[in-house]
Amino acid sequence: MGWSLALSHLVDLLALRTFKSIHLMNLDSKIPEGPLPDKWENHRFSSKLVNPANKRKFNIIVVGSGLAGGSAAATLGELGYNVDCFCYQDTPRRAHSIAAQGGINGAKNYQNDGDSVHRLFYDTIKGGDFRSREANVHRLAQNSVNIIDQCVAQGVPFAREYGGLLANRSFGGAQVSRTFYARGQTGQQLLLGAYSALSRQIASGQVKMHVRQEMLDLIVIDGHAKGIITRNLATGELKVWTADAVLLCTGGYGNVYYLSTNAIGCNVTATFRAYRRGAGFANPCFTQIHPTCIPVSGDHQSKLTLMSESLRNDGRVWVPKNAEDCGKAPSEIPEDARDYYLERKYPSFGNLAPRDISSRSAKEACDEGRGVGPGGRGVYLDFGDSINRLGENTIRERYGNLFEMYERITGENAYQRPMRIYPAIHYTMGGLWVDYNLMSSIPGCFVLGEANFSDHGANRLGASALMQGLSDGYFVIPYTIGNYLTTISPGGIDPEGEAARETLESVKQRVSQMVSAKGKRSSRSYHKELGQIMWEYAGMARNEPGLKKAIGQIQDLRDDFNKNLLVTGHGEELNMELERSGRVRDFLDFGELLCRDALDRNESCGGHFREEFQTEDGEATRNDDDFAHAAVWEFKGDGETPARHEEDLKFEEVKLAVRSYK
Amino acid sequence: MQSSLFKKYLMALTGIVLVGFVFVHMAGNLQVLLGQEAINAYAHALQNLPAPILWGSRLFLLVCVLIHAITAYQLIKENRAARPRSNEVEVTKRAGWSSLRMGLTGSLMLAFIVFHLLHFTIRTIFPEYNDLKTTVGSPDGSEIHDVYNMILAGFRVDAIAIFYVICMFLLCRHLAHGVSSMFQTLGLRSESWRSRLDLFASAYGWIIFFGFSIIPVLVMAQKYGLVTCLESSCGSSCSANL
Amino acid sequence: MKLFLKVWKQDGPENEGRFESHVLDGVSEDSSFLEMLDQLNEQLLNEGKEPIAFDHDCREGICGTCSLNINGFAHGPENSTTTCQLHMRKFEDGDTITIEPFRAKAFPVVKDLVVNRSAFDKIIQAGGFITVRTGSAPDGNALPVPKKDADLAMDAAQCIGCGACVASCKNASAMLFTSAKAGHLNMLPQGQAEKDSRVLNMVAAMDEAGFGNCRNYGECSAACPKDISLDYIAKLNRDYAKAKVKKVFS
Repeated sequence: MGWSLALSHLVDLLALRTFKSIHLMNLDSKIPEGPLPDKWENHRFSSKLVNPANKRKFNIIVVGSGLAGGSAAATLGELGYNVDCFCYQDTPRRAHSIAAQGGINGAKNYQNDGDSVHRLFYDTIKGGDFRSREANVHRLAQNSVNIIDQCVAQGVPFAREYGGLLANRSFGGAQVSRTFYARGQTGQQLLLGAYSALSRQIASGQVKMHVRQEMLDLIVIDGHAKGIITRNLATGELKVWTADAVLLCTGGYGNVYYLSTNAIGCNVTATFRAYRRGAGFANPCFTQIHPTCIPVSGDHQSKLTLMSESLRNDGRVWVPKNAEDCGKAPSEIPEDARDYYLERKYPSFGNLAPRDISSRSAKEACDEGRGVGPGGRGVYLDFGDSINRLGENTIRERYGNLFEMYERITGENAYQRPMRIYPAIHYTMGGLWVDYNLMSSIPGCFVLGEANFSDHGANRLGASALMQGLSDGYFVIPYTIGNYLTTISPGGIDPEGEAARETLESVKQRVSQMVSAKGKRSSRSYHKELGQIMWEYAGMARNEPGLKKAIGQIQDLRDDFNKNLLVTGHGEELNMELERSGRVRDFLDFGELLCRDALDRNESCGGHFREEFQTEDGEATRNDDDFAHAAVWEFKGDGETPARHEEDLKFEEVKLAVRSYK
Repeated sequence: MQSSLFKKYLMALTGIVLVGFVFVHMAGNLQVLLGQEAINAYAHALQNLPAPILWGSRLFLLVCVLIHAITAYQLIKENRAARPRSNEVEVTKRAGWSSLRMGLTGSLMLAFIVFHLLHFTIRTIFPEYNDLKTTVGSPDGSEIHDVYNMILAGFRVDAIAIFYVICMFLLCRHLAHGVSSMFQTLGLRSESWRSRLDLFASAYGWIIFFGFSIIPVLVMAQKYGLVTCLESSCGSSCSANL
Repeated sequence: MKLFLKVWKQDGPENEGRFESHVLDGVSEDSSFLEMLDQLNEQLLNEGKEPIAFDHDCREGICGTCSLNINGFAHGPENSTTTCQLHMRKFEDGDTITIEPFRAKAFPVVKDLVVNRSAFDKIIQAGGFITVRTGSAPDGNALPVPKKDADLAMDAAQCIGCGACVASCKNASAMLFTSAKAGHLNMLPQGQAEKDSRVLNMVAAMDEAGFGNCRNYGECSAACPKDISLDYIAKLNRDYAKAKVKKVFS
């Protein structure tokens, strides 16, 4: 009797919560019925098909040309849709997916080491600290298999065994070898594959490519996304583009920290503008810090460089046991005076412990005063043992290009002395909220790749970002977009109409405001300061007073930005200052949102570590009772506090467990 | 047929012909060192080849030179158009003088060929060379053209001898790039073979240079009394004023 | 470090360009070349002058956005290095550095040091792909690729499309880029079906774009930040000849 009462209470509670969410913001995840392995299959069958003859009547805008955008634009073009694809770079081949080094996961089980779709699914859910949707993640694992086939057929030169078959390696956090790679440039090769497919469609006229164009706003007509406003970065021209659907494939927001491994141009403007137009922003506080980056060398630094995580397969991480040894050359520190802290703390995963765990351990070691290098913010990644065991040539073959890169940047030879590494912001798991069809809470506005929130929960596993971008673009959106397109009739959008005109006017106003800003400070200096606030209070470890302080400081900084910004030149030309100012302006607002999200998530999970919520030995403490949900933020107007909604995450297949890598 | 690669094949293929020709020409010339009889007999035999063969070969060589030169001119014109403004600082990492000056050395070679034909083949510069007759080297004892003494006379003029040596040096530089480049254009060179082919091309260039230059150098040396190896059984026509 | 910089300024594609001289003090040896330019731009901004426009993005040597002729060298004097990876420790205190855009007719200047390299995209659109519809691929291991071929294909595929080959070539030839792109696909069994049309079309697009002719200087390969070998040019020459002959006789 007591049990059933409790159960009905729970049901009521859940219903209420769901009701609340749906009522305020449409957060219906549209997860298909059926057992988990069949959901995607069922969904594909029940998805509405667009008649082939009708496809050419639909115009689709794709913003971004990375793995998600490039693959989506190419595939939709192939299917017969009219696609307009936009990128801020001078060619679609330069999107930042190109910088991914390590590899891409695929549940092929070519190594016969016990891998399967289900295992990849489970590892991803667990790696994400149980903050992602089961159905999405399972679909991702299923698609991973097709992605590898597709890329091979496109001519992606994956590493091969001597017998000519595909080679694999194991990658951060995985105990099976399921990572496919093309030397240390997997992202580049996959992007070039997508770019070649895209180029084929551009040549056929099915996709129109618009380079050096930055999306500055989303046009929403009667609650539906119907186009975008762009600024031509070469000429300054502001233009209205209309379409039946808009796909945002604009990557993550890591640059809110100023120093990150993102490209300089990566920004939050496209997704943030969509958020301001009504799209929910989910889990902005889920940011990933990558443990193996080259440490900061000084104030001039404009970005941080990642060293592929694959280095941890053969490198051993350590710091001196005693802080007094930190100034010594590493070769002078004897073996018994070194602390291989990952191996000590996590004997079964050792140096391959997941990214958030190894990052935090590095920070702890440095906080204890045992860090090495300039400013004491670095730990050693030592290849000495591997070189002794495998020989320098093997190491050179595996990581030669990374060692060269390290030497170019630091001037040090890592074959002779250990590398110095330190964590840096690398990837953002949060993003615009999307349903199972990848549609945001604005109908017609789809979000793919890193820009959405759906697949990686609170922490992303290595070699999964490329997989998600391509899965969304090649294999998800081509099916799911039909569910929306069949509910609308194509065309009939007036680019001169009221909504489009108003949106254009607001963009014009924003641009002219910035161009006329003749204060004293450059946008870069604001960005730098914002980054310092973010890294200090919303970086690897966060706490309530710190986050509150950060919110206050960001608000002050934004006020100062509005008064004191200096922009030179005018709007009708290539103007790098103007571009950056617009991006920094949005980062300032977004940084506050991120801190707010971090403040309200009273638990530690994945990349979000709240100092108040940890065990005695410093491990993260998740709170599944109160926070097994995605926090979705709704814009309420400038100066207003955004509303926080929740999408509950239901775990039917996996049991929530403490993520232990001991 | 207007593609850049097609033009490059033309350069390489005509280049092969000319590279081969200069070697044969040089080998022929070196018979001067064997004495008057050898060179005169050789020259006489060549000039008395059946007309279709003689004129066919001459025409073929001429056409090769013309194609080589005209295509080079087109390529250079296109190349200039492709880079209308040069750098403030022009430097190279790998390309040497000879690679960068193919147009210059090539044009000078073309001028040289014209002069050389007028000088020794058509003999319009010094028509008196036509009067050099001898029986030395003649297959049947009749009077034939005394090529040996024509060469001696030709190079006894300092300016001409120096001009020839300089031109052969330019040819050497032209070949140093051209011979190896030819393999590359025809897709027959690999990076592992490049240094060997470069060496071969350079060696080939120097062989051609020494092979051709040795004659004017020796003639000059003899004129100034440094050597006395070029003996001449001067016929009636051999006059000191030549 | 104190540096004397001579930087190209050009207001737009149609305008005449000119050099401007700047003195920049307090440059860290650990900063990258682009970070040095950031510093210069901050200085210009504080003086109320317009900063210098230059292309850059990933700043880790892979996106191929950064360009610049530095003291006459595309991407600077260091081998195998992009401008973003060139660090100031390679220069001396008191150096004068001349910075120009990549110069080629096919790469018109957009502004200052920014050039338009979309001609490269045109070459790829002409044939730098394998025609395979999404979803129609056979199993990844259905077609074994000898390791040697895969490695050679990868050597070529590393090209970042930065245009240093064109900029360093006295004839602004795009042969190294085109040959790397065609070579990568032609080397693989997947690329065989379209091999002939690929080389013919890509070379035609290359010529069309106004690039110069290859004269086998090898400057391109010497300037290439990814060390793409001249072998691919030889291979393109070979593949093109075969394709052309086949076309003529078919």
